[in-house]
Amino acid sequence: MSKARLMQGNEACAEGALAAGVRFFGGYPITPSTEIAEGMAKMLPKVGGKFVQMEDEIASMGVVLGASLTGKKALTASSGPGISLKQELIGYAAAAEIPVVIVNVQRVGPSTGQPTAPSQGDVMQARWGTHGDHPMIALSPWSVREAFDTAVMAVNYSERFRTPVILLMDEIVGHLREKVELPEASELEIYPRRQPDKTRADGYQPYAPAEDLVPNVADFGNGYHIHVTGLIHDETGFPVGSPKVTREAIDRLHKKIAIAQDEITHVEEYCMEDAEYAVVAFGGTARTAYEAVLEARKKGIKVGMVRLITIWPFADKAIKALAAKVKGILVTELNYGQIVNEVERAAAGQCPVELCAKYDMTIFEPEEILESIENLAGGNK
Amino acid sequence: MERSFEQYFRQNRLPHLWCPGCGNGIATKAIVQAIEKKGLDRDKTIIVSGIGCSSRASGYMDFDTLHTAHGRAIPFATGIKLANPELNVVVITGDGDCTAIGGNHFIHGCRRNVDLTVVLFNNNIYGMTGGQASPMTPTGKKATTAPYGAVDPTFDACKLAEAAGATYVARSTAYHVQHLTDMIANGFDNKGFSFIEAMVQCPTAYGRKNKMSDPVELMKWMRDNAVMKAAWDKLPEDKKVGDKFPIGLLYQDTEVDYATAYEHVIEVAGGAGK
Repeated sequence: MSKARLMQGNEACAEGALAAGVRFFGGYPITPSTEIAEGMAKMLPKVGGKFVQMEDEIASMGVVLGASLTGKKALTASSGPGISLKQELIGYAAAAEIPVVIVNVQRVGPSTGQPTAPSQGDVMQARWGTHGDHPMIALSPWSVREAFDTAVMAVNYSERFRTPVILLMDEIVGHLREKVELPEASELEIYPRRQPDKTRADGYQPYAPAEDLVPNVADFGNGYHIHVTGLIHDETGFPVGSPKVTREAIDRLHKKIAIAQDEITHVEEYCMEDAEYAVVAFGGTARTAYEAVLEARKKGIKVGMVRLITIWPFADKAIKALAAKVKGILVTELNYGQIVNEVERAAAGQCPVELCAKYDMTIFEPEEILESIENLAGGNK
Repeated sequence: MERSFEQYFRQNRLPHLWCPGCGNGIATKAIVQAIEKKGLDRDKTIIVSGIGCSSRASGYMDFDTLHTAHGRAIPFATGIKLANPELNVVVITGDGDCTAIGGNHFIHGCRRNVDLTVVLFNNNIYGMTGGQASPMTPTGKKATTAPYGAVDPTFDACKLAEAAGATYVARSTAYHVQHLTDMIANGFDNKGFSFIEAMVQCPTAYGRKNKMSDPVELMKWMRDNAVMKAAWDKLPEDKKVGDKFPIGLLYQDTEVDYATAYEHVIEVAGGAGK
């Protein structure tokens, strides 16, 4: 019997989270992410998990952090204005190092914007949406199957690094229906909740970093009597008003991600073997960009595509190497121009970087991207 | 046993940061004495607080403790309780934390009837930020942001909790120490959302602005104006005036709590035992 199913990106995301061990969901209805909440409401109690619909987006974020602190893997999902509201406690999760995944099915903004219309306008918000300095991990799938896969990755990274992870979907992938075959549970690598490596009697400190700079914070209810706070704290978990502790705390938050960047930052290359030009794309837009690349190839333009699966931490190494290799880069994104600035920064002047932007509720047509590729290639085909 | 409450405090985190004469210490001690009285397992009791003077209490208490963001203690506590119903979850909040920035969470926490014990330290002011008016600053009383007296009418947090669906609602004061302890302890017995308003004196930020900077005077005010519920109910309406207010068990109900209700959902969905 075929295991193939017709499935929507949002549904696959919910299935992926469940497969990764998520057993708690708190959310608030908002289009175009609602199917994730609906999926979790239906599936979680079947596996003994819990779904709770909260009074607002802030509470949805708070309730999942509370659940996570007891050792349950927890998920929330939202879009546009909802993600803006969640920022306060996304910052809390970063500071207090609480594993959690936030799905953002992007829609047109700012503000209420164009509900349900696709956008990729939250790329910089995903990185810099909260106040203060901390790193972020954000992943962006381009297919229904990858919505499942990146949901698993997001949950794993949140646990591995004890940090909030944003699954930066877009309406294109969220509402896309495709035939997919999902992997068996046995095929998945699942990162378990980190456990204390010492007893209280041995001088356990909840925020003392392990070798990978990530602390093994005890789950609530296990007798460790830990203190968790959004105030800057030292290894004990208690607030300390010292410049040295503040600097060290913020340094460690950044370093724990930085030293593992190669493990986290994924890109995929298409038609790049002989490419003289490259399109950089991500999420649903990469599907159209890929079609445009194939069309351009038919016209004799040696162009390939680099697709960002991990948006943050940004693929500096890959883009730097790419810029050294090609004659020009075209960045396609459904916004006024956000990730293009990161590509320019990483390319560091080695080749021209052009932008193909769209922010009018509609997705790209392959012809639009093809035209931009032709302009970039100019007379060089 | 005389000072047995001390074992519930992290001695290395003391002394606390509260001002001399503050009532928060009395309310915090009442909580741990209620915990002791009911014999709650310390390893299975979680203290969750928001932001403000009240909410610093969690750091001094020797349990798993969670100092959340401003107004958000109840959502965090809800997550803890639903994810692990065997835990006792106590919320410490303040009048600004609970009824202003956390007001929506407060009413919905009551509505869901999550099995939490929420103790609101009501000092009638934003103390940590230096004395701004809160939704529970009495109308006409002064604050740094109400230099001519507060214009806003106040919330009665107990009436709010009752109307929103809390199943145990009580009030006491820092003057009535034993009574306050009992009100909290009885709240632990209620399997549902228990709300206890603990009136506490703030001589520094509230009293100073309102010619009541002597903590003893503030406590005498509590003594003279608090009326036990049974006596309050017998008072004619024309006597329920001025500063008089009722203390004691104000409301109780027996609705099913959220986690228990959700067990039924799990059963229907076929997930029991998983």
